[in-house]
Amino acid sequence: MTDLTHIRNFSIVAHIDHGKSTLADRLIQLTGTVAERDMKEQLLDSMDIERERGITIKANSVRIEYPAKDGQTYILNLIDTPGHVDFAYEVSRSMRAVEGSLLVVDASQGVEAQTLANVYQAIDADHEIVPVLNKVDLPAADCDRVAEQIEDVIGIDATDAVQISAKTGLGIPDVLEAIVQRLPAPQGDRDAPLKAMLVDSWYDPYLGVVVMIRVMEGVIKKGDRIRMMQTAATYPIDRLAVLRPEMQNIAELGPGEIGVLTASIKQVRDTRVGDTITHEKRQTETALPGFKPAQPVVFCGLFPVDNGEFEDLRDAIEKLALNDASFSFEMETSAALGFGFRCGFLGLLHLEVIRDRIEREYQIELITTAPSVIYHVHMRDGTMEELHNPADMPDLTLVDHIEEPRIKATILVPDDYLGDVLKLCQDRRGIQEDLTYAGTRAMVVYDLPLNEVVFDFYDRLKSVTKGYASFDYQMTGYRQDFLVKMQVLVNEEPVDALSIMVHRDRAEMRGRAMCEKLKDLIPRHMFKIPIQAAIGGRVIARETLSAMRKDVTAKCYGGDATRKKKLLEKQKAGKKKMRQFGKVDIPQEAFISALKMDG
Amino acid sequence: MADQGFGLYLHWPFCQAKCPYCDFNSHVVAQIDQTAWAEAYGQQIEYFGELTKGRILNSVYFGGGTPSLMDVAVVDAVLDKIRATWSLANDIEVTLEANPTSVEADRFRDYRMAGVNRVSMGIQALRDADLRALGRLHSVSEALAAFDIARRIFDRVSFDLIYARQDQSLAAWEAELTEALALSADHLSLYQLTIEDGTAFADRFNAGKLRGLPAEDLSADMYELTQNLCEASGLPSYEVSNHAAHGAQSQHNLIYWRGGDWVGIGPGAHGRLTMADGRHGTQTDLSPQIWLEHCRQDPARPTYWEPILPAGHLTERLMMGLRLNEGVVLDNNFRRQINSCKVKYLLELGLLCEKNDRLITTRKGRLVLNSVLSELLAD
Ligand SMILES: Nc1nc2c(ncn2[C@@H]2O[C@H](COP(=O)(O)OP(=O)(O)O)[C@@H](O)[C@H]2O)c(=O)[nH]1
Ligand SMILES: C[S@@+](CC[C@H](N)C(=O)[O-])C[C@H]1O[C@@H](n2cnc3c(N)ncnc32)[C@H](O)[C@@H]1O
Ligand code: SF4
Ligand SMILES: [Mg+2]
Repeated sequence: MTDLTHIRNFSIVAHIDHGKSTLADRLIQLTGTVAERDMKEQLLDSMDIERERGITIKANSVRIEYPAKDGQTYILNLIDTPGHVDFAYEVSRSMRAVEGSLLVVDASQGVEAQTLANVYQAIDADHEIVPVLNKVDLPAADCDRVAEQIEDVIGIDATDAVQISAKTGLGIPDVLEAIVQRLPAPQGDRDAPLKAMLVDSWYDPYLGVVVMIRVMEGVIKKGDRIRMMQTAATYPIDRLAVLRPEMQNIAELGPGEIGVLTASIKQVRDTRVGDTITHEKRQTETALPGFKPAQPVVFCGLFPVDNGEFEDLRDAIEKLALNDASFSFEMETSAALGFGFRCGFLGLLHLEVIRDRIEREYQIELITTAPSVIYHVHMRDGTMEELHNPADMPDLTLVDHIEEPRIKATILVPDDYLGDVLKLCQDRRGIQEDLTYAGTRAMVVYDLPLNEVVFDFYDRLKSVTKGYASFDYQMTGYRQDFLVKMQVLVNEEPVDALSIMVHRDRAEMRGRAMCEKLKDLIPRHMFKIPIQAAIGGRVIARETLSAMRKDVTAKCYGGDATRKKKLLEKQKAGKKKMRQFGKVDIPQEAFISALKMDG
Repeated sequence: MADQGFGLYLHWPFCQAKCPYCDFNSHVVAQIDQTAWAEAYGQQIEYFGELTKGRILNSVYFGGGTPSLMDVAVVDAVLDKIRATWSLANDIEVTLEANPTSVEADRFRDYRMAGVNRVSMGIQALRDADLRALGRLHSVSEALAAFDIARRIFDRVSFDLIYARQDQSLAAWEAELTEALALSADHLSLYQLTIEDGTAFADRFNAGKLRGLPAEDLSADMYELTQNLCEASGLPSYEVSNHAAHGAQSQHNLIYWRGGDWVGIGPGAHGRLTMADGRHGTQTDLSPQIWLEHCRQDPARPTYWEPILPAGHLTERLMMGLRLNEGVVLDNNFRRQINSCKVKYLLELGLLCEKNDRLITTRKGRLVLNSVLSELLAD
């Protein structure tokens, strides 16, 4: 157990790619936490997908021992948090477990939207904040300008910002000193009854559920019987450890310390992030305030391309859900797609990560249907129904009005692209709330309907600004609007997986765009195919996919018979990847691509 | 199958240069031991003769490769051996494929003396720039001169053109085809350029460097135009890519499309033979050297046999027969096997029709034959 004054707990907040993972690697390396030969890049990003995409999905932590210039050795606990907006809520929770933050800003780029979103969370959590200007090795680095920007836009003092290059290692010792000198030590009475925060939990194939904790008061020891105050469950502790970043057993953890425990907990779902852990016998009187569990906001259907793989899909989804309490699922049947699951996610990235993992780790090819948000459908009889799937839209005569979720979006963009960004936001039914400048960048704040953002807003934003804009959002609540369900009919038959909720004023435009897209996505058939968008029974857009005109092999002589026969067999196999709707084969990628908007 | 004719295909696997679009079994070599090839062919003819005793031969086809590179002595020896092995039909067709670069009047007269009575020439294009783009060794004027020689010597001369080439417009093809028809051959094979796997064109195409190929609609328009022009000039189509004056159809190729029997000799040659124990497909070693070597070791060695089961036979009959304007005969056996729901559906779509107990593709249907087949043959 370490004396409180010799502990510093912190997190790193940064916009994506500003160097958070690289800095963490350097801190770990410089303090010899990991032997040089075990050093690999992005140590804290553990899953393949995290490494590949350069994102952190779950919180992670590492305990670093640092002999400071004052001759004392300090324990530094770094909690690494996800940087992506989908996981913003988890970030805010992890921040409650530490006292300070390093605010890393790329000195060649400046403040970005995620810098803002994350730093405000740190401020909300009452953190002491140390600004760090990274990438000073780059010729484009401009520390003065960026320091000024931090002061102007964020409103914190940046005169003592630490200038570093996480890549070359320059300035890393200064960062360590700043952590010790400028961040506050934690506080807490070691003789009080145990009070620890459940920071996060995950499933480890060898150890079962692992729980990350931060001790606030009292002492926790291996073998103690603990109680989770919200769930009222009690467990004996099997193992107590710290992460360096691999697990290293420890006998006890006192106030201010961060570590992990295992306690034969069956499922991640049995734990509540933010829960208070205390001793079964000697309980703390006041629980921590706790957190609302993260709620899925985006829903879509996942169907196996091959109907025979439904059970495999169920198995994969159940396994993934074990480790991810924010991911929800229930069985869904679709007239066209057969059996599958309606799944809920924290955002689109979360959706993609889960979908990728199912396809990659479980080798199940999926058809993903149109993502939808949760609508509040207020019925004439005064009741309210949550609508997760446009296919379930109740009879219109029973509906009084519909509300949709809104977000507050913050976008930072160079002046040159401001016009394009404003147009994009207006087109997506946005209401401008704020527009300010910081140097040559504009900061725009928009109130937007989530359903206009969920699908491809970020892609569009990146493309209209050539990647120079940054974006972040938070949910703000529900508002009534004129929303309708739009159906798509292919060859006169409705395809339920293509139904979407859309604002009435945007329906014609969306309908036309979808019909045009589908016309390109569906291959020509031997007959012509009408593709229509309709509201209720009324057709609002229509395209016709003309019949195939030419599909014949030019040369077929004696020697070609055998080869051609094989080709026909191959075609047959290719057809299995399509779904038949009536007589029409729709390729699997059409379901998502049809929804993408070019403008 | 005897009533559909009986033919012999003989593959000559050598060319002067490899064309970038070509996926035929053709090779460029420094030297060819023509005597060795003549011997091997002769021995193979004996081998197959034993197995098809008593049958009457309707056609012989020297295909390639470039068979016009064969010494006259080889062609002569092969045809002698054939005459010694089978009885020949009175109207036997003996075709030799020729490249314009290897047409010489004297040699062609000798081929005729040896028994060749029909020549099929690979002219490919009547535009010099396009011939170069196709990697051909001849020019338009050389092709025309060669055609002239051939026609003076042979009663029956056909030639091949490749169209739907890079950057070819409908109007440009119309002009070119009109010139081709003015040459008044009695038979034309008009192929749309196909990008075949494993060719130099395929590599370029996959790298995005082979541009200007027609999209589906233009290629359909070109095809329609071809049908109309040829028909108006007295060379109506009788198969997807083949056109002939009345009575001038290639008897040899009709054997393939009508489901007849033929012997396939030479590297990579295929055959179909109906024996006491049913129909069989034959295939041979692809490599010229291996084929030759295997022939030397044992006449049976270069050929691989595989029975063709009723389902496979149905597939082949539809695949080949529906290419012909005359369609396939719907005998009772066939009616039992074929999926009548699918047939009905395709009849309704106007892609197939039934006439005099034959199943026939309509003009529209023939143009989308691959899709018609995959519908007909789907489970
Ligand atoms: N030139 C330079 N590149 C850096 C520096 N720090 C990080 N990078 C690079 O910036 C990219 C993003 O870094 P990463 O640590 O993954 O950022 P994160 O998304 O914030 O975790 C990587 O390619 C790093 O190699 C630095 O100090 N100088
Ligand atoms: C066996 S080949 C070769 C005949 C002869 N060696 C020649 O090239 O002149 C028969 C015909 O098929 C056609 N052909 C070959 N490859 C083709 C392709 N990739 N696309 C279209 N037609 C092709 C050519 O018209 C060629 O004349
Ligand atoms: S000459 Fe004929 S067979 Fe030889 S490579 Fe060219 S197209 Fe192929
Ligand atoms: Mg990272």
